[in-house]
Amino acid sequence: MIALSDFLILGALLFSLSVLGIFINRKNIIILLMCIELMLLAVNLNFIAFSHFSGDIAGQIFVFFILTVAAAEAAIGLAILVVLFRNLSTINVSDLDHLKG
Amino acid sequence: MMFEVINMSFALPEMFLLGMAGVILMVVAFMGQKGAGAAYWLSQVTMIGTAYIVYDSVTGMGGLTFSDSYIKDTLSDVLKLTVSIVNVAVLLYSVSYLKARELFKGEYYVLAVFSTLGMFVMISAHHFLTLYLGLELMSLCLYAMVAMHRDSGVATEAAMKYFILGALASGMLLYGMSIIYGVTGSLSLSGVSEAIQTGGLNDTVMSFGLVFLVIGVAFKLGAVPFHMWLPDVYHGAPTAVTLFIATTPKIAAFAMMIRLLVDGLADIQQYWQDMLIMLSVLSIIVGNIVAIAQTNLKRMLAYSTISHVGFILLGVLSANSEGYAASMFYAITYTIMTLAAFGMIILMSRRGFEAENIEDFKGLGKKSPWYALMMLIVMFSMAGIPPMVGFYAKLAVIKSIIDVELMSVAIVAVLMSVIGAFYYLRVIKVMIFDEPADTEVLHAPADMRVVVSANALGVLALGLFPGSLMAICATVFS
Repeated sequence: MIALSDFLILGALLFSLSVLGIFINRKNIIILLMCIELMLLAVNLNFIAFSHFSGDIAGQIFVFFILTVAAAEAAIGLAILVVLFRNLSTINVSDLDHLKG
Repeated sequence: MMFEVINMSFALPEMFLLGMAGVILMVVAFMGQKGAGAAYWLSQVTMIGTAYIVYDSVTGMGGLTFSDSYIKDTLSDVLKLTVSIVNVAVLLYSVSYLKARELFKGEYYVLAVFSTLGMFVMISAHHFLTLYLGLELMSLCLYAMVAMHRDSGVATEAAMKYFILGALASGMLLYGMSIIYGVTGSLSLSGVSEAIQTGGLNDTVMSFGLVFLVIGVAFKLGAVPFHMWLPDVYHGAPTAVTLFIATTPKIAAFAMMIRLLVDGLADIQQYWQDMLIMLSVLSIIVGNIVAIAQTNLKRMLAYSTISHVGFILLGVLSANSEGYAASMFYAITYTIMTLAAFGMIILMSRRGFEAENIEDFKGLGKKSPWYALMMLIVMFSMAGIPPMVGFYAKLAVIKSIIDVELMSVAIVAVLMSVIGAFYYLRVIKVMIFDEPADTEVLHAPADMRVVVSANALGVLALGLFPGSLMAICATVFS
């Protein structure tokens, strides 16, 4: 039997990895988008674990909504990425430095 | 199995907004570029109609509906009314700006109406799920609006930064929600509140989840140290979009903070109070000091927004009904002042000229004394000089802080607002004492001139008679 704490530790690890990925990565915006997806999946894991161990179905319903919103979010993120690439001809994070001050 | 009767009438404004948003979407989809004018007028009708529906239901009863996930109360009525009226002015200001830059497309209005729907859902949310869905509906529309100027490098860069940091904020908020769901076993705000009152919860885990919730809210409000996106987005986005982002979404973010921290987590206020003190003091200091170094007016107003957010947090952190009312008064007046400030920038701009640098206002006092006076009223109000409304807003939040004996925080707030007066007065100095750089006259259409003047005079009138709005805010939290 896998304990609740195991799920939570895995969720926390995935969440920290994704936050670290967003802040450390200076190369590629697509990796940033992947980190954001990973972050939402870590949250989903938390919700499902809590929902399963407390016998309350609401948490699992929440996960469906998060998955749907994540799909819409990815669509908008990739659309902005395409426009950005057309304008700047790069998807390097460190090249996003025209706005400063 | 029991079925509850769902009271649909509580969500009537949202249903109207959704229906009209669908109609506008169809008009834009089938009429193409010719549909932009129709989309504009339809969205104005939508905002005015929504305002009427909300106003009509103010006297009606309130309460929870949709299985306790939705609430209609005086807070939601007042904030929704403000959002829809402010949006009428926002849409009106946007027209001349968008037309001069060939950005006058139906998409702007579709996204604006959908985003307003998201704000309404956030304002009325009484459940983590409705709060999250409202927040995402609002934010996703805003990301797309910032990227609307597709050929501009800075606009797309701003959109990307906004998107990444906004998504990060949503992730933080959701992680906090999942932890609090785990501790209390409920997703509904009243369920969470009951579970906390019953007691026996693990305080450490609870405050762990709370940290993530507060970070999520701070990101959306733009409080230091989670403010990085705000200056870049304000600067990079087309001014008509900056105008939209700077005004009503802040009211929705304020509502989100009140719903989460006051409706849901009021009984653990000793935990969130300290976090808010830190956020608020940092925002006031960083916002006011960094704004001095700015030469771009939009960027300067972004830092001024950060400091105003700090003041809004001051009222909330005092954790009593006077403080919440002061905060709400501040949030509403901030929105009206910002609306006038960005309205002035749009009024000054014309084809090929953005009027976004402080120097662009040189000699406005000689070219057009009336609009220089309007700008002067708005800048005085933002600096907090009586008799403008900004003074009463600052006075109310600082008074609520002194009442809960947080003297040092109050002293920092007062000192920083004195320092902050410098950069507002600099704009006035440039406007009145400098010689004009050109002889170009204002090009804005008549309806916009009238509304900008009314807006700025409204800031003055609210300052002369702040009593009624103050009383409304006080009844919301009594």
